[in-house]
Amino acid sequence: MSIWEKRKELSDDSLEVSDDRAQSEAQDPIVDRNLDEALRNFKLSVDAWSEAAYSAPRQAQFVPRHNWRPAAGWALGCALVASSVSGVVYQRHEQQLKAKQDLAKLVEQQKQAADLQAASEEDLLASVDSDVSRQVPSAMEPLAQMAEDDSK
Amino acid sequence: MAAGSILEAMNSATAAEIAADEFTRVVAQHRPQIFRFLLASTRDVDLAETLTQECFLKAHRNWSGFRGESSAMTWLMRIAINLQKDHWRNRRMRFWRSTQTHAVDLDEASEWLPSGESSAEKQMLAKEQVRHVWKAMDGLSERQRSVFLLRYIEERELSEIAQITGLSEGTVKAHLSRAVGRVRTELGRSQ
Repeated sequence: MSIWEKRKELSDDSLEVSDDRAQSEAQDPIVDRNLDEALRNFKLSVDAWSEAAYSAPRQAQFVPRHNWRPAAGWALGCALVASSVSGVVYQRHEQQLKAKQDLAKLVEQQKQAADLQAASEEDLLASVDSDVSRQVPSAMEPLAQMAEDDSK
Repeated sequence: MAAGSILEAMNSATAAEIAADEFTRVVAQHRPQIFRFLLASTRDVDLAETLTQECFLKAHRNWSGFRGESSAMTWLMRIAINLQKDHWRNRRMRFWRSTQTHAVDLDEASEWLPSGESSAEKQMLAKEQVRHVWKAMDGLSERQRSVFLLRYIEERELSEIAQITGLSEGTVKAHLSRAVGRVRTELGRSQ
């Protein structure tokens, strides 16, 4: 017997002795009669229930067995296929998106380069014009004056 | 030599037949009591039936080891109590599994009374008393409940209860006293 069992036994015994209330009730004939009657009725009740349950015809109950293994296998397979397909689709989509972005970037760069080139050409022409206008020789001044007058 | 071995085989076959017959007789004799005890312990007809089956299956497997030191009933009851303990322990361990219980509640269990000639009032009173005893049993420990049922349902002697439960007679008395005290308190509350 373990020490705990011993202690439990001791405590139970001491409880039995020290339970004054239970002892005083035990001496009460009304309570005891009531207890005896209750215990007798309890036994009769259990006997009746047990007899009825024991002699009752038993029906074999079909309990569907849930075999989760094939279902889990299918689910896992489907998940794998779906993930691989979606991975491929996603990768392709990403590639397309990147190609579009690259194209847009290239177009933008080309546009910028064209704009820059146009701006530089205009500047060059303007500077040439101003340079040319400034470099009119003084010998041509009267002729230029005449052309102005004619236009007026 | 050959005749001897045939005779031995015949003898062993006869011994096996005798043991099988004896076991069949034991099953027929004690099965209702074992079922009743388990039903009162669990309040679950299906579980009581299953545990009764397991009890006799285990007894059949170990029948050859039964030396008759105690009565067959004592031996079977001991197996039943151990199976019941294992069942509750396993159920506690497998709390995460979907363990269904078909245990009936106090009111349903109290409905069972033999149809006597007593008046409706007496029947009602008896049902009420039975309900209080069931309620008191709910507050008992597993060991106290077993001792209580062995005493008041199976009507076993204290020495036999001690043998079945593997406790000393003093401990059995203490458990029984506490169980009866609780029943008494529960009945006192109703008055």
